[in-house]
Formats: sequence, C-alpha cells, structure tokens
Amino acid sequence: MGAYLLRRAVQAIPVLIGISLAAFLLIHLVPGDPARILLGAQATPKAVATLHEQLGLDRPLPTQYLNFITGAVHFEFGESLSQKVGVGKLIGTRAEVTLLLLMMATLLSITIAVPLAVAAALRRNRPVDHSIRLFSMFTFAMPSFLLGLLLILFFSLKLKWLPTSGYGSGFGGHLRALILPALTVGLYLAPILLRTLRIGIIDTLGTEYIEAARARGLARRLIIFKHVLKNSVIPTVTVLGLNIGFLLSGLVVIENVFSLPGLGSELVTAIGNRDYPTIQALTLVFGVSVVAINLLTDLLYSYLDPRVRL
Amino acid sequence: MNGTASELLAVRDLTIGFPAPGGLLLAADGIDFDVAVGRTVGLVGESGCGKSVTLRSLLGLVPYPGEVLAGTIHWRGEEMLTASGKRQATLRGTEISMIFQDPTSCLNPVFTVGNQMVETLRKRAGLGRREARTRAMELLDRVGLSAPEKRLAAYPHELSGGMRQRVMIAISIATRPRLLLADEPTTALDVTTQEQILALLKELQAEDGMAILLVSHDLGVISETCDEVVVMYAGRMLEAGYDREVMRSPRHPYTRGLIEAMPSLEVTDEEPPVPIGGQPPDLTALPPGCPFQPRCKFVRDQCAEIPVALDATLAEHGSACPFEGVRS
Amino acid sequence: MSADALGLKLGGPGGQAVVARLRKRAAEERRWAKVTLRVGIAIVAIVAFVCFAAPLLGFADPNQQNLLGALKPPSLEHPFGTDALGRDILTRVVYGGRIDLTFAVLTTIAAFVLGTLVGAVAGYRGGWLDTFVNRLVDTVVAFPFIVFILAIVTITGPGLKGAYIGVIAVSWALYARMARAEMLVEREREYILAAKTLGYSTRRIVFRHALPNVVRASIVFSMAEIVLNILLLSSLSYLGLGVQPPTPEWGALVAEGQDVLLTSWWVATLPGLVIVLVGIGFSLIGDGIADRFGRDFSLSGGE
Repeated sequence: MGAYLLRRAVQAIPVLIGISLAAFLLIHLVPGDPARILLGAQATPKAVATLHEQLGLDRPLPTQYLNFITGAVHFEFGESLSQKVGVGKLIGTRAEVTLLLLMMATLLSITIAVPLAVAAALRRNRPVDHSIRLFSMFTFAMPSFLLGLLLILFFSLKLKWLPTSGYGSGFGGHLRALILPALTVGLYLAPILLRTLRIGIIDTLGTEYIEAARARGLARRLIIFKHVLKNSVIPTVTVLGLNIGFLLSGLVVIENVFSLPGLGSELVTAIGNRDYPTIQALTLVFGVSVVAINLLTDLLYSYLDPRVRL
Repeated sequence: MNGTASELLAVRDLTIGFPAPGGLLLAADGIDFDVAVGRTVGLVGESGCGKSVTLRSLLGLVPYPGEVLAGTIHWRGEEMLTASGKRQATLRGTEISMIFQDPTSCLNPVFTVGNQMVETLRKRAGLGRREARTRAMELLDRVGLSAPEKRLAAYPHELSGGMRQRVMIAISIATRPRLLLADEPTTALDVTTQEQILALLKELQAEDGMAILLVSHDLGVISETCDEVVVMYAGRMLEAGYDREVMRSPRHPYTRGLIEAMPSLEVTDEEPPVPIGGQPPDLTALPPGCPFQPRCKFVRDQCAEIPVALDATLAEHGSACPFEGVRS
Repeated sequence: MSADALGLKLGGPGGQAVVARLRKRAAEERRWAKVTLRVGIAIVAIVAFVCFAAPLLGFADPNQQNLLGALKPPSLEHPFGTDALGRDILTRVVYGGRIDLTFAVLTTIAAFVLGTLVGAVAGYRGGWLDTFVNRLVDTVVAFPFIVFILAIVTITGPGLKGAYIGVIAVSWALYARMARAEMLVEREREYILAAKTLGYSTRRIVFRHALPNVVRASIVFSMAEIVLNILLLSSLSYLGLGVQPPTPEWGALVAEGQDVLLTSWWVATLPGLVIVLVGIGFSLIGDGIADRFGRDFSLSGGE
C-alpha cells in the first residue's frame, strides 16, 4: 500500500508544478500593467513603482516564481490589496467555513444518493428507476444558486426555521447556518454520485459472489447493505475524488448565495476588487486542495479494497 | 413417483424460459429427474445446454429476466415452485447448498474468508460469534486446509484456486445440508486439484450422507462421481439412467458422441478421442423434432417428427432417440 | 424455440400468454430509451425555436421598461410576470435564451473538436507530445472548473468573452482525456495496424478510421456538457462576472429577482425553471443516445 500511495504522490508533483505555474502566471497574463489598472490612469509613476515593488513585479520572472513558491510553502502570499491584511491569514480564517461546508455537503450528498441508487438499481428499468433518473436529471439541470434561493424562500423566509445567510455564531450556530448551503451543494453533487453508484450496484448484483451469497441463504437486506454496497462504494469513492473539483465549484457559487465568509466568496470578492495576490493565492489553494483530496481518496480506496493493498 | 421415503428431490417437466429477440427461448424444456437420499446425480452436456440454469432453479435463483414457466419441483414431498419466496429462502444454505464453478469470483473480494464464513454460520446455523469462529476453523480443517486461523484472516485473493474451492465447500457443508448442488466445481481447477476436490466431496458425502447434484460438461468427472446421469442438450433431456448403464451402453447418438470425445484415462491403443462435429445449438432456431439432428451422424427423415421425450418403456434408462438400431 | 411450439407444449393459450407477458416486459424496458430521446429533442427544439424566432413571434424589446407595471404576477398579458422595472420577464427569458443556448452549443462544439483532436493525436503519436498533453490535462482538471474560469475572467475582465474563453479552456481537457484513452485502445486494433501496413499516412489513419469510434463516447458526454455550460454561464452572470446588465441572460435574470424573492417569487423562479427545463431536455437526449449506443455512460465524466 505504501508503494502505491508513494507512486500516486510522485505522479502529483508535475500537476502541482502546473498548478503553481498557472496561479503565478495569472497576474502576468492580465493585459496591460496590473499596477496601472489598479491605481487608475492618473497614478503617479512613483505610486506605480511602489506597487510594482510590493507585488514583486520589478524582478525577473524566474525570481518572481521562485519567491512565489517559497512564499506559498510558508503560506505567505503578501498583503491583500483590498483588505489590509496578509493573504495567508485571510485564507486561514476563511478556510474553516469552506471545509466544514465541504464535509457536510459530502455527507448529505451520500445520504441522498445511496438509498436512491439502491432503490433504482434493484428496480432497474422499472418506474421507480425512471422516476429516480428524472429526479437526478432535475437536480443536475437545476442551477445551484436557484436551488439555494428556493430553499431560502421556503425554509428561511416562509417557515423561518433557518437563517437566510451568514455563518451564525458558536459551533452550533455555524452548523445551523450551514444546513441549507450544505443541502444545496449535496443535491447538486447527488446526481453524479447516484448515477455511478447505480451502475456500480447493478454490476455488483450480477457477480457470482452475490449469487453465491444468495445461494447461501443470506437475507436480502444483508446482501444488499453489506456485500453489494461495500463493493459499489469502491468505485464511488473514485468518482467522488474525480468530482471534487465539481463539488468545490458548487461551493464557490453557494457561498455567495448564502453570504458565507468562505474561500469561494472571498475569491469572487477578490476578482471584483482586482486583488491579485488574493486571487493568485486562492487559485493555488483550490488547485492544491483538489490534488490533496485526490490523494486522500486513494488512501481511502486502498483501505476499502484489499486487493490494492499489496 | 414422488413421496417414497428415500426421495429428496423430484423434478417434473421443468421448463425455464428467457425472452429473446422474436419470442422466447427455452433454456430448460421438460426436465424430469429425481435425487434420492445420499445419491449422486450428474447433469451433463455442453455449455449452454441448460444444466446450470436447471440447477439454479432448484434454489429459486433463475437469473433475470428468465423464469420458470412450467413444471414442479418437490423437495421432500413439498412443492417448492409455488411455495412462497420466504419458504424457498429457508431452504437455501440450510437443507440445500451450492458450490460454483469459479471459486475466484464467488467469494466477495472485499471481505475476509473468516468474515464470510462466520456470517453464514451465524445467520444460517444460528451460532454466536465465538462459536461460529470455532466452527469455521473446524470446517476448514475438515476440508483439508491447514492453519485455519490464518485462512480465516485471509482475503480471497490471497488463496489459491483450490483453497478457495475448499473454502466454498466448507461454507456449503456448514449447515449439514441434505443436498449439495455443485455447478462445475472442478472446471476452473488444474487436474490434480480437481481429483482432490472430487475425492473430498465423496468423503464428505460418505460421512454425512448428503446427496449431490453435480453439473458438468465433463463426462469423465460425472461418470467418476455419479450414481445416475442425465444427459442434456439444448435444454432437453436426451438420455437418463444409471451411470454404469449409460456409460456402458449409451442409447442416444449424442451420449455416444460425448463418450467418444472423452480423453481416455488409461493409456491404450484405442482410437483417440473424437470431438462431436458441428456447432453448439442455437436455442432461438432449433429444428422441429430432435434438436441434435444437425450434428447427428445417424440423422434420418423421421428425426424431424419425433417428440423429444424420454422413452419411458425403457425402464431406468431412457433415451429420446427411438432409433437405437442405427448403431453401426 | 418458437412461441407456437411453447403454446403447444403448455396447451396453447397459456403458452401464448406467457410469451405475451415476457414480450411486454421487454418492450416496456425499451420504451424508455425511445421516449427520452423524443421528449428531449422536443423540449430543446421548442425552446430553441421560440428563442431564435422571438421577433417573428411578437416578442418586442426585452429592455422595454414600464415602471407603472412593475412586479406584476404572471397573467395572460405577462405569462411570466414583470420585474422590478416593469419589463416582461418572458420576453427577457426568450432573448436571454439566445445568449445561453448559443453559448452552450458553441463552447461545447469548440471544446469537443479541440479536445478530441488534441487527445486523439496525442494518444496516437505517444512520446513527448502525449506526456505533455497528459500533464496539461491533469493540471486543468486539477482546478475546480469554476476557479479556473474565474481566473480567466480575472485576465479578460467580466463579460461574455471571458466566459467563452474560460469554458473552452477548461472543457477541452476532458474530451482530450477521453479521446486519448480510446485512442490508446484503438491504435492497437487490427484495422489500424492493417491500414498502417497498407501505407496510409498516420494522419489519415487517425482521422478516417479511428475517430468515429473515439467520438461516440464524447457525444453522450457532450450532452451533459451543454447542460453544464448553460449552468456555468448563468452562475458567472449570477456572480456578476458574466453577462452584464441590462442584457438579459438566464442566470442574471435569477440574480435580478433575488432581492424580491419573498414578495415576487416569479421574478427569480420562472427564468430558473426554464434553465431546468432545457437542462432536462439535453439530459434526456444524452440518455437516449447512450441507450442507443448500448453503453451506460456516466452523467458527467468527472471534472
């Protein structure tokens, strides 16, 4: 297992370099001089030069890249241009929201997708299966921000059960505030999990070991929830890993719908403010997170499937 | 014929259909046979002849979208086909158990051998966790696996094919079944292991007195193990009788073909094995009358008109071919 | 075995009934595939027709304000109601649809063609080109796609142009990955090897023989991509980084209705439901095609 994970980690290195290059080059691809864009046409040459120095734009490109990487390793990305605070610190305070939301959304998504996938697979090509398929098409086609708004309309404005926006206070408050956003993101991811899981279950149901388990007289429930599910969860873990980018994309939008102080809403604000250091840092953080989560998925995969452990 | 004291299983007119383009194909068509207490009966035929699906129907496990269309299955005098699914399920893994062709794929790869054995023993034999573990080790010992403790902790892929088949046998005999269904239990194994597994089955049978219904394409395996044999072709029975009689004086040209195709175990100067010519039958396009016509060396015009049924007048050894005299 | 023979065996009518029942079951299972494709095509065709023939169907200026008739609920005159500036929402949805549908179809086609070609050539040629393309794909796919697109919007500035460039720059990668994977299999096939020995050029082999096979999986995937691309553009506009007001665009329309959600639900909801309807239409088409191809492709290849 160690060798397998090591190989995966080594494979991730070129991708990490690619991510850092993309995040780094971002500021250089902006047409014109970023400092001039930020300061406006009337800016004095001195002000421009100062900003150049602050952004490090006065040094040669390779040096800049090296500094960017060294900074990134120490989680130093310079100072935010719009909120006079270190970008690293800014990200640190906001990561908690996104991370908590990510976990809750994944859990909810699995909770929604698994029972539906089991029901659909067991009644394949029957009305139940078709209805579930239509449901998954519906949620797939539903813009996540609209779903968020509808949930707010119903649960917050009409029923007044949950807050409309913000992060609440205290851990309980945070959890409460995250229920609707997490449900939104969970429903957004569910159709993809559902679809893969359904196919996984159908494939597993056709295997000889399931037939053998039935021939041993094991109860249907035990067969489905123990034997079928564990085997179908394995490919689903991979799919979850592959779709982590999809999931994070949903988070970015939903944080904005619910005005949550997370990394996604910060990214959109930073783009509005042309806060280049923050944009660069967040781009890097998102990219690296995907790679890291994929490695975690591999770890989980090798834990679930004993055949990979060798 | 039903109801005699020694009768375990009586199958009559069993007909199993699958939807096919343009209608229906019959994977089993009018199958009749009995299994008596402690006896070994073999179903033999080329792959696709319906023997495996027949075997599965006895447990109520005909694969979707097929279904049993007609016939009766009596288990110790009780009609099972019309019994509730629950009643059918109570027999599975207790009174009747089954082992499969490919031991590699019939153990769940993501659970340990011990997990799967203990699970079966707890659910089907009603043992507690600790008792089940002890019993599992006894069973592994009984099927000839050394270091049972170690085997229990192993995942299926960590065992050899022969070991896995022994594990499957251990699971299947855990509840002391009256009937063991064996679907090509040795086909995926090498010759030496094959012999060992067959010997083990015979040994267990001698000790427990269970009956075995053995399915194989290999007439050698069947004749070595079985008391009675049923020859199937294209879902029909072509010949049935005591193994010794069928082997010594086969009445159907197909049976004779199977015997001639058998590699001889002793080195003799006899003619080498002759495979049966022609293609395996297409179940969606069978000729009228005898299904074996296109490949039969002795085919004649009347073959298209005969009903395919065993000739009951030939007591204890029936054949679907009325032209016994054609033997050269 | 024919139905007649079984009927004979089971005593006539009984046998026929069994066959009829089994046939009906098989037919029911096939019907879904036929229905999905037809319904999907119908939905997409109707919406597209209404959007693109809007002036002919009597839809006037989508930006025509009428402050006296603001926030009117759906009625015969205004089937989708009016917004805070008294603009007819249905008209805005119809004109917005031109932008969204054009965007989704063009970006999907561009990414499809670009990605498939790059992936197929890389997969066929192998070597450093393949390694390079592979790394590039890995890097693009490593980003949450919206982050990548937002990064490009940072460069181009908010607007439709950034959305076009961003979406194409992201989505080509998945087509390339699929095409490459299929190509690695295809190039070992006998007909390719045969074509090679006959002396056809590499390019000719790739384009004439293998590409049709490579393309099949991508077509099903592209239906899901169209849906995703509509969602992407509307998300960007919702975030204020896509199509800028007052130009009507589906996501922007939802955003405009957000503030009056409690009092005037229709402003945000009805344009949103049109997005859902079109999305379901394309998904149904994708499903129908997948069934026709006889393989169960996943809804989304995974980004």
